Order: sequence, then structure tokens, then C-alpha cells
Amino acid sequence: MKIELNWLNDYTDVAGITPQEYADAMTMSGSKVETVEQKGEDIKNVVTGKILSIKQHENAEKLVICQVDVGNGTPLQIVTGAKNLHEGDVVPVALHGALLPGGVKIKKGKLRGEVSEGMLCSHEELGLTPEELGYEPEYGILILKPDTKIGIDIKEVFGMEETIVDFEITSNRPDCFSVIGLARETAATFQRPFHLETPKVEANSENAADYAAVTVEAPDLCSRYSARIVKNVTIAPSPTWLVKRLNALGVRSINNIVDITNYVMLEYGQPMHAFDLRDLDNHHIIVRRAKDGEKITTLDKVDRILDSSMLVISDESKAVAVAGVMGALNSEVKDDTTTILFESATFDPVSVRITAKKLGLRTEASSKYEKGLDPYNTVPAVDRACELVNLLQAGEVVGGMIDVHSELPKPRHIPFRPDRIRSFLGIDVSMEEMIRILEKLECKVDLDHMDIVPPSFRPDLEIEADIAEEVLRFYGYDKVPSAVISGETTRGFRTEAQRLWQRIANVAVACGLYEIKTFTFTDPNIFDKLNCEDDSEYRNCVKIANPLGAENSVMRTIAYGSMLEVLARNYNRRNEEAKLFEQAKIFIPTSDDDELPIEKERLSIGMYGPDVDFYTLKGALEEIFLSIGIKNYDFEPMTEGGTFHPGRTAMVSVEGEICGIAGEIHPMVLKNFDIGTRCYIAEIDFDLLLKYSTFERQYKPMPKYPAVARDLSILINDGIWAAHIKNIIVKNGGKILDNIRLFDVYKGSQLPENTRSMAYSLTFRADDRTLTDGEVNEAMERIVKALQTEINARLR
Amino acid sequence: MMQEQLDRIKREALDVLKKTSLPEELERIRVEFLGKKGKLTAILRGMGELSPEERPKIGALANKVREEIEKELEYKKTEAEIKKQNEKLKKEVIDVTMPGRRLNTGTLHPLTQIIQEVEDIFIGMGFELAEGPEVEKDYYNFEALNIPKNHPARDAQDTFYINDNILLRSQTSSVQIRVMENNRPPIRIIAPGRVYRSDALDATHSPVFYQIEGLVVDKGITMAHLKSCLEDLAHSLFGEDVRIRFRPHHFQFTEPSAEVDFSCFACGGKGCNVCKGEGWIELLGAGMVHPRVLQNCGIDPDVYSGFAFGVGVERIAMRKFNIDDLRLLYENDVKFLKQF
Repeated sequence: MKIELNWLNDYTDVAGITPQEYADAMTMSGSKVETVEQKGEDIKNVVTGKILSIKQHENAEKLVICQVDVGNGTPLQIVTGAKNLHEGDVVPVALHGALLPGGVKIKKGKLRGEVSEGMLCSHEELGLTPEELGYEPEYGILILKPDTKIGIDIKEVFGMEETIVDFEITSNRPDCFSVIGLARETAATFQRPFHLETPKVEANSENAADYAAVTVEAPDLCSRYSARIVKNVTIAPSPTWLVKRLNALGVRSINNIVDITNYVMLEYGQPMHAFDLRDLDNHHIIVRRAKDGEKITTLDKVDRILDSSMLVISDESKAVAVAGVMGALNSEVKDDTTTILFESATFDPVSVRITAKKLGLRTEASSKYEKGLDPYNTVPAVDRACELVNLLQAGEVVGGMIDVHSELPKPRHIPFRPDRIRSFLGIDVSMEEMIRILEKLECKVDLDHMDIVPPSFRPDLEIEADIAEEVLRFYGYDKVPSAVISGETTRGFRTEAQRLWQRIANVAVACGLYEIKTFTFTDPNIFDKLNCEDDSEYRNCVKIANPLGAENSVMRTIAYGSMLEVLARNYNRRNEEAKLFEQAKIFIPTSDDDELPIEKERLSIGMYGPDVDFYTLKGALEEIFLSIGIKNYDFEPMTEGGTFHPGRTAMVSVEGEICGIAGEIHPMVLKNFDIGTRCYIAEIDFDLLLKYSTFERQYKPMPKYPAVARDLSILINDGIWAAHIKNIIVKNGGKILDNIRLFDVYKGSQLPENTRSMAYSLTFRADDRTLTDGEVNEAMERIVKALQTEINARLR
Repeated sequence: MMQEQLDRIKREALDVLKKTSLPEELERIRVEFLGKKGKLTAILRGMGELSPEERPKIGALANKVREEIEKELEYKKTEAEIKKQNEKLKKEVIDVTMPGRRLNTGTLHPLTQIIQEVEDIFIGMGFELAEGPEVEKDYYNFEALNIPKNHPARDAQDTFYINDNILLRSQTSSVQIRVMENNRPPIRIIAPGRVYRSDALDATHSPVFYQIEGLVVDKGITMAHLKSCLEDLAHSLFGEDVRIRFRPHHFQFTEPSAEVDFSCFACGGKGCNVCKGEGWIELLGAGMVHPRVLQNCGIDPDVYSGFAFGVGVERIAMRKFNIDDLRLLYENDVKFLKQF
């Protein structure tokens, strides 16, 4: 909501307050100032001047030489190329040393040998828009009205010395969408007087009811409809003061009657409409629901189709306005209009909001209505419109008013408990101070019953807490002291899941992984890029009804799509290596649309780089598992591909439960993501980690007896997994086998084809004695024999 | 007679010792004087010829001479060793200005770092951590927070919907309701989480971002408690000198409501480019829990009161780390992540 600062002087007094002081104080009392615009600051030394004579420049065909009277007795000679000038025109003259918008400086000079003592200006050079002028000026120099005074500052002519303050008004304060509402806040903020006079209308002795009738068929959507009639209307331009006020707030002047409706809307916050009475069939206004498919052409010349949820203003045959949104072209005020009906009504906020949304037509009026307007405001507003008709001599106001309304809201009584307000806010403010503040806001304070009756234009004041806020706003939010919370002490803590995530994240970071954060919604096409089966369960996603775009239209069901995108971005930005992890949320739809989807968390790890292979990925996972007390985990080869490499991927399980996947990404998928290097990704179900993790640790005594170490080097055929070999060794090593370490794997030309050599270091130890060579030899023999018979291993 | 001999040996030994420092020389001297065939040993051998009265006297003297020589020998030996070691160390000089062998740890995402920092501050004040779903019912995100369907206050938050009743939560305030439905006061929770708004991604907006919600409900909670709590947050995050300022505002679920500014930690409030000359930085929204919200959760507003606040994590991170483009936080370029 914009206001022009000087306009406030109609109701209060802002003298002696600088724009900055004004903005700061209003912000601190709750009317947040977004911007303060000082109009005309960038224009200096431009005055009005009258063209005394025009003669052709002798040395330049396209230039003329003007003698211009700028009101100081000595005409100036100014050379110009403009074609639209006539002797006697009043024009803006930039004098020597003048400043124009955009930082342009004007200096005396010579043009083709002729002295030019300034410049004549177009509206563009003055930074004026057709909206601000109220008309589209002809091309060339801006020609002012012939009666404009000569020698005055151009800013005076166009009201360019205004201060426009733009407020952010919150949705609970419909009253502040008006100059009067903000004047009231201003008066309360600066503790200055506030005066609002009841409009005085000079009307004839006729009765409006003899001219028109109003029937409200939908009182649930229209609680009040007030109307007055003006006859013998003369449609004419508005006077300059009115045009200036409208322009200052960005409203274009149309004609006196339309301008009056807009002026009252700005001033009172009450949207108004003027109908040409002769266009209303049988002069009968009917407020009713629209028929499904009913057509209307609104003032913006767009044909619109209505439905029965919308409210229209109609006459006996047709709709003449979409209630609270926009009037129809069929009944607008025209140049030859003679009798008008002013509408000032209260419509249901939700209905107006839905209608405006459905029609895609948010107007100044609809945005006011949807916040809920005061039904007590319709009569003063329509009277004010008629008062302006009197003032502008725009017509003859017919006596009486048509005012149809259902039961009007009764004043609310809110208990006034100063002690409770003080203790709720934690401030020490006297009752007298509270009363002073509340009365300034036009609340009635009844000390006999200790209650407060807020004014009708403050629907937001409903309960004690609302009263407390009013007190605090003007007592000063910044005066709230600070006090440490007392009372029962509580224990602060993270949940078990959060603690586990913290541990996992810390270990991941220690392993050299960087944490990433990605968007949780994705593109449904990602499943094609990931080479998922057509009937893959991943494709069943929670869909966003109003996404920003297809690429963000479904909630992800797996985390590695996002991970691959991030790896791709890093790869394409020429980062040599990326090792990443994410605490990733996924969303699994349920069959019932009214139920929330299941949200699950995944540990997602992804990496590529010169020193990265499957075992780097696996190593990181193992570090994480072990750090959270999970010792019993398995990586089993997975051959079915899709997203992953069929020969380099493992199904990961913990305590026998499948908990995820870890592997190299399939080259086809890498290509789909424009990645030119091998990538490794793991995705692990966090719930299972939470289920099996433990932070309990039991100390095991240090070994007392020495260990015996033996190396074992075997040649085996490809296709025998290390896990299998380890199992055979463990099974046959007996109780004294303490540790197995695979320290070398070799495959090469010195070995037979399709074989590899694996070298283990085995440690034997007993808790209660020093082992003898015999015991260890026996164990080694059992191991070797088993390896030979079970997997055809050959000793090397 | 023997006494003189002993004195002479002593002087002779100390004399030669003084002139040398080579380890092999020292050993030769030791043998010459103290060895089995050494000069002192030779003298002691002649002790048998002495009278019984003289024997202990000379014996004591001889021992003293031996000790003195040994002591001097030991001293010279240590001196020689130190010298030798120093020479060796001199040759072992390395270039300590060469880069270290990095162990290459990773980093936590800057947003995680801020979230954990804020969590720790509030855990210290006795707050419990709470969570709620991101795909949420309209009821928890709006209706129970005093924002009915078709209320203009919904305009402030462009919301992604799944259907008429389910949406992507637009604020972590939804967690307030879930907590209050299932817990009785005293309640002190903090709820960090991801929220969604239908804003296109640019330097200052993201359709996905993080908020941290705080809620305290108990008997006798006042706005002054809110202020103290947020002052603690401000001091912990940005330093003891930071001041906070309440400004009136409107939220449907708090009354009174406030926007909270922190004095600019870069300029201390004088105005600079970090705070765009304002001296203050708007960082969070807060207020006293609206009595109707308490009622919706079955908490009697005549007995209990509470405060709530919500803070944008990206906003803190961008201010604290001087990040000028929000998109960097979600691009996850390792060149960026490495800086934290």
C-alpha cells in the first residue's frame, strides 16, 4: 500500500517529520515501510516557460530558434529540433545548470553558431510517464496547459515533490489498505491528533429508491449493499489536485466519476463502482450467484465465463459486474452518461478470493475484499463519493440511499486485564498508558466492566492477546526486557536417530567424504536415465500437483539419482575427484491418497576419482558400519544390472537383512548423465542401521600369550570369491585362529589363465597358553586341505 | 712419597683430559691411568709396602683421585657425545615449509554445520529435538496454525500441493502442532527441517530450504523469555556484541508477533554492505503462541502460554559465511564444499 505523505495532513499532522524518521517510526509500530521514494529529487532548475517566437535557424534546416519567457523579464534564446511547437505554448524549460533524471546536466552552449541558453523538455526527459500525466502526449516537447503559470518550478506543476511511502501491510490489517487507516496509525505512532470528518452531502429532495432498487439474493455472500444515485452528471476531466493524488499512488486518471470511485477506494479502503443507470435493466440491481456458464465481458475487455460459485451484480436480464472483482463493459460510465449508481458493498472475502483466483483476475478491489472489509464502512464511503461529486460539481446528488444489509456484526467485548497483559508481555506498563494507547486506536475502554470494545474496522482484535499486541506496538517492541526462562528444568537432547546420523556423518567426513544437500523432488524422466525397468517400483512417486516444472515434479523414491547428478556436475566442472555423502530422504507413496507417504532416510555415498574404485566405496561403508557397532555385514555379488555394473556391484546386508546396494555405475547410465569416468555409489537404508547399531562397548583383555603368524599363498580359479575362501579358512582354523588378513592379490602373465594368486597372513593365538608349533601346523594343514578339496586351491 | 705420586698422577690425568675431546682418545686415557696396567693401579699395587697406619689414608686418597679422574672422564665423554649428536642432527635438516601429507578429511555441509550449532545452543538450554514429516497434511501446516483454507495469509507462502489435503510443508511450524498434540507442558523443542515453497531457484530464493523452529510452552512464559532465548542464539552464533531488535509483524499463529533483527555483526550496527546500510539484519520471525493454536492442541491458554520462533538456516549460513548466491549451497561443487 502506497501513500503520499502530505495526503496524511488531511487527517493528522506529519509536519516536521523527515521521511526517514517517518519510515523508521512506522516500521517500529508495525506498519512496515518497504520503500520511501522522494519524487523529483533528480530534477533541478526546470521551470515553465512561454514560447514568444519561433524562427528558422539559418545554418540548420532541422533546427528552430525560440525566444522563451521564463518569468524573469529577460526572454531566453533556446535552439531546438522539435516540430510540435507553436508560439504561445507553455513548455518545460531546463535552464543553464539544470539537472534531469538520469544525471543529465544542461549547460549554455552554441548550436550551429546560435546561442542556446537551455533546453526545452519532452515528458520522457522529465521522467514522466503517460500514466503520471493522465494522457498520452504527442511526440516532441511536452506542451503544458495554456493557463499554467510561467516561471514556476516544473515539479510544482506535476506534484513531483511528493514523498511516496510504500508499506507492507499484513493480511490481518485490511483497515491499513487505506490512507485513513494509515493516518490513524501515523497519529498513534507520533502521538499527534487524528480527525476524520463525516462526509456532508448536499442532495436534492428526491429519493434514490425512486430511481433504482437493490435485491440481495445471496446475503451469505453480500452482507451489505449501499447505493446512491447522482443525476445530471457531467463527465469531465478531474481537477489537477485529484489527478495528482491518484497519480502519486500509481492510479491513472480516467474521468471525474471514475476518479472519484478510485479516490474513495484509496482514501477509505472501500472499493466503489459506478454504473450507468440507463444500462441497468429496469434499474434493478440483483446480487446473486452466477449461472454456470454465464458470460460477462469485464472492463478490461476480456470475455469471461462464470460459474455458480461466483457472485455477480446483475440487473433483471444480465450480469453487470463480477462482485468485488471488476465491473462489466456493458454498464460502464461513458462520456455521455447522465445518471449513475454508486455501489459501495461488502462481499464475502473467501468467495471473492476464490472467484478472482478462478478468473485469474486479481484486482485492487478483490485484494481488499479478500481480507475482509468492514460493513460499517460502506455508507461513509458512498457519502464521501457524493461529497466529492458536490465538490467537483460533477452532478446532482439524489437524496436518500439504498442500503440493503443482513444483520451487522455486533461490537465485540474483550476482557481487559492489565495484569495479565503485563505478565504475558513481560513488561511493566501502567493501566493509564494502556488506555491511552487503546483509545488512540479508537478502542472503547469500559472500566466499569473492565472490557474493551474494538472499532468495527479492526476485525483482527478478537482476544486478549490481540489487545496485548496493540499495547506493545505503541509501548515499544524494543522495550521488551529479556528474562531467562524459569520453571521446571528440562533435559535437552537429540533423538537416537539424530545421534546416529551425527556419528555416521563424522566418520564419513573422517573418511574424506564431503556432505551434500540435494533437492528431494526430481524429474520423473530420471528413472529412464537411470535405466530402471519400465515397471520398476521406483517409478511410483508422490506427484506434486502444482510443480515449478516437470524437472521438479515428483518426490524422489531413491537417493542415487540426485547423487549421480551431483557427481555429474562435479565431473563437468573438471573436479578431479569427488567423494560425497548425503543424509537423504526418500518418499514412498501409500495406496491411500489421504494418507501421508512413508518418509525414509538413506545413507547415500557416491565417488569418482583417480584413486577411487569399488573398494574405496566399500572401505568407507565398512568404516561407518564398524564405527556404529555393526560387525556382521555382508557384500554379496549382484549380477543384475540396470543402474549398476553387473560385475561390480554388491547387495549389502546387515545381520542377514538386506539394507542396500553398493557398486559401480553402469556405463550406459554414466553416458546418460554425461559422466566420462567410472563412478561408485552406495545407498543404504538408515532404518536398518538404526536397528542394528550399538554404542555399547565391552573391554576385552589384552592378549597375554604371544601370537604365531603364518603366511598362506594360494592359486585359485577366477569366480571363487574372497568371502568364500575366508569362510573355509575360518571354519578350519579352529578356535586358535585369531586373525586373517588378505595382503596381496595377483593376476598376471606369470600365472595360468583365469587364475589369481591370493596371499593371506594368518595369526594364531590362545588366551591361556603359548601355542606350540605342532598345534599351529595342524591347523594350517586342515586349512590347506580344505582349500584344496573345496575350491581346488593350489599352494604357491 | 706415595701421596706426591698420587697428586702427580691426578694432575697429569686432568691435564691430558683437558686437551682432548675425541672419544677414542678418552678411552686411551682411561686405560693409561685407570686400566689394569694403568698408572693408578700400579701405585695401588705398591700399597702393600706401606705401614698399616698409612694404608687406609693412602687408600682413601687413591680412591678420591680415581673418582676425580673418572668424573672428568665421564664429563668429557658426555660432552663428546653431545657434540657428535649435534653434528648428526645438523645433517638431518628438513624443509618444514614443504606441504604436509594431507589425510584428506571431508567436511559437513555448511547448512549442517549451522543446524548443529543452533541445535547445540538450544540443547544446552534444555530443548529437545523434534521432527515431523516433509509431506504434510494441510491441517498441520496451516489449519491448526490458525490459517484456514482460502485465508489471505496463505499468499505469503506459495505452497506445493500433492492434493487438497496434503502438501509439501511450507514451514517447520507444522512440527509445533505435532509436538503439542502429543506432549503436555513444559515443552521446549527445537525442530530443524526442510521446507518447500513454490519459488524459482535464484541467488536469494530456493524452492527447498531449511528452517529451525523453536517452541516453548509452560506456565508464565512471557515475551521477555523469548527475547532472552533469542539473545542467547544471537550471541552464540555471532558473538557477544550482537544485539537483537523486535519489530511488530503479523503471523497467524503467534500473537503478538515479531520480526527479529540482529545488529549487523560485520559493522556492529553502523551500516555496511553486509547489512545494506541498515545496521540490522532481519533473521527470524517469532511471537507468543496464539491462544487458539494452544486450544487446537488441547492446551488451556488460560493456564499456559508459550513462544515460538522460526529461523531460516540459509539466511544465517549466507550471512555467517559471506555466501552471496544461495544456489551454491545446493550445487554441491567440491570446490565450494571444501571451504567449510
